[in-house]
Amino acid sequence: MHFQGFPRADGAAGTRHLVVVLPTVACSSHVATRIASAVPGAIAIAHQHGCAQIGDDAATTFRTLAGIGASPNVAAVLVVGLGCEQVQADALADAVGASGTPVAVVGIQHEGGTSSAVARGAALLRELAATVGPATRQPCPLDQLILATECGGSDAFSGLTANPLVGRIADRAVDAGATVIVSETTEFIGAEHLLPPRGVTPEIGEQARQMVLDCERSCCRYGADLTGSNPSPGNIEGGLTTIEEKSLGCLAKAGSSPIAEVLPYAQRPARRGLVLMDTPGNDVESIAGMAAGGASLILFTTGRGTPLGCPVAPVVKIATNTPLAERMAENIDFNAGAIADGSTTLDKAADALWRLTLAVASGRLTAAERLGHREFGIRRTAPTL
Amino acid sequence: MAPTPTSRRAIVLDPSDNVATALAPLAAGERIATAAATVALAHDIPPGHKFAVRAIPPGQPVVKYAQPIGRATQPIAPGHHVHVHNCASQRAGSGGEHP
Repeated sequence: MHFQGFPRADGAAGTRHLVVVLPTVACSSHVATRIASAVPGAIAIAHQHGCAQIGDDAATTFRTLAGIGASPNVAAVLVVGLGCEQVQADALADAVGASGTPVAVVGIQHEGGTSSAVARGAALLRELAATVGPATRQPCPLDQLILATECGGSDAFSGLTANPLVGRIADRAVDAGATVIVSETTEFIGAEHLLPPRGVTPEIGEQARQMVLDCERSCCRYGADLTGSNPSPGNIEGGLTTIEEKSLGCLAKAGSSPIAEVLPYAQRPARRGLVLMDTPGNDVESIAGMAAGGASLILFTTGRGTPLGCPVAPVVKIATNTPLAERMAENIDFNAGAIADGSTTLDKAADALWRLTLAVASGRLTAAERLGHREFGIRRTAPTL
Repeated sequence: MAPTPTSRRAIVLDPSDNVATALAPLAAGERIATAAATVALAHDIPPGHKFAVRAIPPGQPVVKYAQPIGRATQPIAPGHHVHVHNCASQRAGSGGEHP
């Protein structure tokens, strides 16, 4: 089984062919945005990080930016640095370049300010774009694909329709040799005891459980009580009885494959199959982490409705219920609510969503792409100095 | 995991589940066909809420998604509402203890 994609030097295949302008730091983000406008279709990924970060945060920012630059969907990268920041432009360019992606660097302090950096950056960007050329898709086997799954704005139907449906897609993808990333560690707090049997080995299962406990401990340090009122009164009114039920409803989108690897935030998987990445439940940060881990397509279920996209990967938005699919029709790619209405079955919906997934991988635009949604944010755990 | 066919009234996520989840407001007395069994409802079941498709003795797991989601704290007969009044989480404590 194949999709029409872009084989990359590191063995993965992309679903998009993007020229990206990557600022190292908040201070170079505006210049990066100005440079990107010089090349039609180029995308700047502005962000708020990259300096004065302590604890793990500087390394997390670096790893995330490097992962985004090395994404299978990214054809070429221009790194835009300021000069004095913590995340150094040359180091970031080297990390991106190690994946085989063509990369160039421009520095604001080196060039002498905004306008000079924009002019120099635009020239470099045009050269990069010319080097990689237009998008020409080729048949790529599915074992070169990395998918991600996400749920956001969940409702009572998330665990009944859309998440089990995405789980069926995850199973098909893993059976075809692809890698599927599931994340949102906070969603498993309270149900971590269910994870050990899910690992390919007991060690991996235990690693997954410890990842969730570590997350809970660090949230508790800030006084957040994540199980005392979970399920919430609203959840209980909606029918969720226990934290296990709620978490399993979320985990349903991972399907039934064993967990082959447990990854830190923004790390590229070393294994194929289903992998668990440590991310917040926050949708923007979770998607950014999985995209940095090489996810080239994201399946995103929503019950309340969220328009989120991603700068470097198509986000397929799947409604859990038909009223949402109708009310926010312009943001929804697939209505899993039809399963609840009885107008389709889980099997038929899985066939249709699989076809849509392959079509999006092969170039069909998602609603979020058509509307220009490119939300981006990097996980952080410590204060900024 | 191969979920059973759904009706427009309730869904069973896995053949090994002993509960179904209502997709619409269901009334006491309705007979709901699931792949597991045809069950007469003992209670009104709001959308998103569960009812038993098999008897669940006290102390036995309530199974959904082919996994235990809690244990029955009272005898549960087929067609009974399954929720916080008769199903307890197995996760110890509230934010404190860990097995």
